[in-house]
Order: sequence, then C-alpha cells, then structure tokens
Amino acid sequence: MADSTQGAMTPDQLRATAQGLRADIIDMICKAKSGHPGGSLSCIDILCALYFGGVMRYDAADPELPARDRFILAKGHAAPALYATLAKAGFIPHDELGTLRKLGSRLQGHPDSSLVPGVEVSTGSLGQGLSIACGLACGLRLDGSGSTVFALLGDGECEEGQVWEAAMFAAHQRLGNLVAIIDANGLQIDGAVCDVCDPGDLGAKFAAFGWKVSSVDGHDLGQLVEAFRQAKAYDGNAPQAIVARTVKGKGVSFMEGQCGWHGKAPSEAEADAALSELAGTEGGAL
Amino acid sequence: MIRLANEQEAAQKKATRAAYGETLAELLGEGMPIVAVDADLSGSTTTSKFAASSEEAARRLFNVGIAEQNMVDVAAGLALAGNVAFTGSFAVFGTGRAYDQIRNTVCYSNLDVKIAPTHAGISVGPDGGSHQMIEDIALMRALPRMRVLVPADYNSAKAALRLAAQTPGPVYVRLGRASVPAVYADGSEFAVGQANVVREGTDVTIVACGVEMREALLAADALADRGISAEVVDAFCVKPLDADTIVASAAKTGCVVTAEEHSVNGGLGEAVAHALAERHPVPVSMVGMRDAFGKSGEFEELLEYFSLGYKAIADAASKVYAKANNC
Repeated sequence: MADSTQGAMTPDQLRATAQGLRADIIDMICKAKSGHPGGSLSCIDILCALYFGGVMRYDAADPELPARDRFILAKGHAAPALYATLAKAGFIPHDELGTLRKLGSRLQGHPDSSLVPGVEVSTGSLGQGLSIACGLACGLRLDGSGSTVFALLGDGECEEGQVWEAAMFAAHQRLGNLVAIIDANGLQIDGAVCDVCDPGDLGAKFAAFGWKVSSVDGHDLGQLVEAFRQAKAYDGNAPQAIVARTVKGKGVSFMEGQCGWHGKAPSEAEADAALSELAGTEGGAL
Repeated sequence: MIRLANEQEAAQKKATRAAYGETLAELLGEGMPIVAVDADLSGSTTTSKFAASSEEAARRLFNVGIAEQNMVDVAAGLALAGNVAFTGSFAVFGTGRAYDQIRNTVCYSNLDVKIAPTHAGISVGPDGGSHQMIEDIALMRALPRMRVLVPADYNSAKAALRLAAQTPGPVYVRLGRASVPAVYADGSEFAVGQANVVREGTDVTIVACGVEMREALLAADALADRGISAEVVDAFCVKPLDADTIVASAAKTGCVVTAEEHSVNGGLGEAVAHALAERHPVPVSMVGMRDAFGKSGEFEELLEYFSLGYKAIADAASKVYAKANNC
C-alpha cells in the first residue's frame, strides 16, 4: 500500500486539490437537486488537510486497516465533502459522485457506513459524533492502538447537549488520542449561530471541560496541516479541540457567509457560475 | 430444550437484572470482547459485578455519569473498535432518553451494541410512573435491525444475555428490578426467533412474555379449574416473532390472549395480533397497560391494580374462549 502519511501534498497542491473538491461538491449537489453546499464548502479544506496533507493514516484498498486513523463526520450533512474526499482518496469511484441522493445510490443524503467504504459510522443526527469518537478512542486504547480519532463538528452542532456530555467524558477518560475539530463557520439554518442560541466561546468551553484547545484559520491549508500533525503527535492525555475559523460557502462568492445556502442546491446556471469561479482561482484544479 | 422449574426451584426468587453483570463476566472469561457502558447505575443494573469480576473487566466498564445519550454512542464507538458493547441504565432512560442514539447510530449503522437496561415495566414499583417503562418494547421493536428479547426469569435472562452477545448487530434485552420466581429450570435453552410452548392445551392460547409468563401459567391452572384447557406460549423473542409457533397454536385452540407488563400499544399483543391478522385471524384479547402511566405501589399490588395478574388473564381467556365458541 501507499502510506498516506508519507509523500504528503505541498500546501500549493493541497489548495489546488481543495478547489477541485469544491467543484465536485457543487457539481454533485446541483445534479442531486438538493443537499448542503454551505457547510460542505466550509469544511473541505479541513478534510483535504487530514486526508492529503500526510496527517491521517489510511489505505483506500484496505478500508478496515487496523492501524488506520479514524475520521468521524459528526456534521453528517456535509456528506458531499466527505464523498468528494473519499473519491479523491480512492475509496469510491469519482464517477459515482453524480449519484448523490439518487434512489439506488450508495451515496445517501447523509453518510451510511453500511454502504460506503471509508465511512466509519453513519451520521446525520447532530450531536452524536463526538460521543461515538469517545467510545472509539476508548476501544482503541483498550487494544493498545496508536491510532488517532478525528471528529469534525459544526459550531451550530455544539448547541446539542450531548456534545457536552461527550466533552466531560473525554476529559475524564483522559482521551489523548481524540481530536475534535470544530468547523466554526458561524451560521446555522435559522441564521447566525450567535443569534439563534449563542454557544459562546467554544474554545473556552472545551478548555473549561479540561481539553487542550487551539485555534486555526480553517482555510489556511498550511496552518491546518501543522495543527493536525501536532495534534496527532501529542503524547499527553487531554483530549484536543481545534477550533477552525471558517466561512460558510467558502470559495463560491455568492454562497459565502449566506445561511440561505445551508441546505439549498444551486441551479444549473448557479452551478456554472460557481464552477467558473472555482476554476479561475488559484490552483485552477478543474 | 426448556424445562419448567419445579416447585422447589420456583421458590428461588431472583431478579432478571441479577443475571446481567455475572453473565457479562462469564462471557468475557470465555473470550468474548465484552465491554459495558453504564450511566451512574452500575450497582442497580449489576454491571458493577462485571467490573468486580477481574481487572480486565474493570478496565472494560465505562461509567459515563448521568448521560444516557452519551452512554449509547460511547457503546457504539466501542463496538466500532471491535467490541460487543452492552449498555445499562434503567429502561425508561436507556431506551427513551437515548432513542435517537439507538435509532440513528446503533441500528442505522448496524453495530454490535446490546441495549440491556434494567428496571423495565411496572415491577419497579414504588418509584412510580416516571420510572415504570411501559413502552420500551414498542420503541425497540419499531426499529429496523433491532431484535427484542424479553426473558421471564433469571435463568432465561442469562440465556437472553448470552444470545444477545452471540447475535451480530443490535439486540434489546428487557430486564427487571423485582425478584420473581423461577419459571425455567437452569440450563433451559432459548433461541432468537423462537417461541416456546411451555404448556399444551386445546381451548385457548395464552401468549406471554417477561414476568407475565408466571402469571400466564397460574392463569392456566385457574382455567383448568373452570374446565378450559389453556396452551401457554412464551414469546421470549418478541422480535423477530415466532409467528409459526403462535399461528399453529391459534389454529389449534381458535382464540388467543396476550399478556405483557407493557402497554398494549405497540407491544407483544399487537405483534401477535399482526401475525394472526395476516395468517390466521382468530379472536384476540390483550392483557397489558391500557394507555396509562404506572403508579407508586408494590409490584404485586400493581399487578392487581392494573389488571395484569393471573386472574385478569384467566378472565380474558374465559371471555375470548366464549366469543370464539359462541357460548
């Protein structure tokens, strides 16, 4: 197998790859005529850094590789971002992306682990992913595994009380092999997170629960890779939270910062405009 | 093969929950990768006995505190790491409060998580209606991929817990708080998807589960005194229901009474009625909680109060027999 932690892409290559994945996200949601572009675009740089920046160990030819690191998409509505990433990594054929949300497709509206290789667990009901990641981290530790568990949460998702049950448990269990990444795009369906029901300073809240907390620009691939590598190399026993400051809809100007694009598919004309814009930006992956 | 407990064995009263921790300890000792996750009730559920059984077991019990939603999903994560994960807490919280976690993570991902909370049904007694879970069977049997086991006594609870561990995917095991007489002799064998005819009869079929099995057998004795021959079937596995056995019995007797320590809405009675309606319609009468919450009281008092005891079953059987035979 090719070791995914070796031969990592350079930041320039990562940027180009992320633009290509953004184009995949727009294309697949347009074809599906429904889906969640805003939160997929805000987290795609995070996924790109984890999978192609030499951070996570995985083998697309052996999805069950025991020594793999685990990724859990707690914010399951960003399924298009995960599917585009898994296709790029070789878990599923790129052609299959066009089947998103269609009857008979493996690519359900929210990820179904019983159908898609590389999806560790089905998600879609918010607030559960961090708890699942805690259990997985406990299980890996029982087995003496050195693998790291990464969970990606939305900031709106942190309104779910269960997130804080998990935060308490992870610190109590000293899960140094657990990394929570918060895609802090500041928006949820009904408006700005701070207007709907403000969870306040998420980094401070995780720190108050006993987590080791850091903050990064969630669209700076160099910063993301460095933060994730450091988190993986950490040998202490506090769970780690990385608050990634992001922009919802990032990369498509008319979607950026607009909560209206949380769960709306672009029309063909809108998709064409988005794809042109993505092709014209640095990297020009298309 | 099953064998009913004799009088001496039946006098040994024990709660179904007493089987929990000790059976998990046995299974771990036999090499199964058992883990347990509880929510501040490890003494009540007896998962603390599992932890006390060995150093290895102590490492494999996770107490999440009073956080049942986290409990179920931590169990899901442990199952993803290759373990057979049992969850604890009381049935009202372990199924109701964590329903979405059981639905969307455990069942939807088809994980090796065994939901086995204790203190189900009205047998919780004095704690009252807030703690008497009477809709757990309905919640669990509605879930795709979930199997539902409702043991009648300590010996069948041990069997149910073993079957849950050995059956891949989600399983619900309904355990109770109250000490109840043994229905089965030690060593009786049970299977997923199998009901057991524990007493043969010709006039009416009583299909029961859980603590109502004891009441069903007493009802059969009372019916014999009235000249009615009752067949008693233990629906130990409510899902998948052994429709073949139940339909065959109904075809023989021509009428059915169901008995459950649970709401008649969505429980055993409706499962049996569903099977009979599709395959062999006969008059059915249901004994169970009638769209009401429980109340504080002693278990035996509550059986009487809510018409769940053997007299209520026998009366329902007499009536449904009369209806089926136009007398």
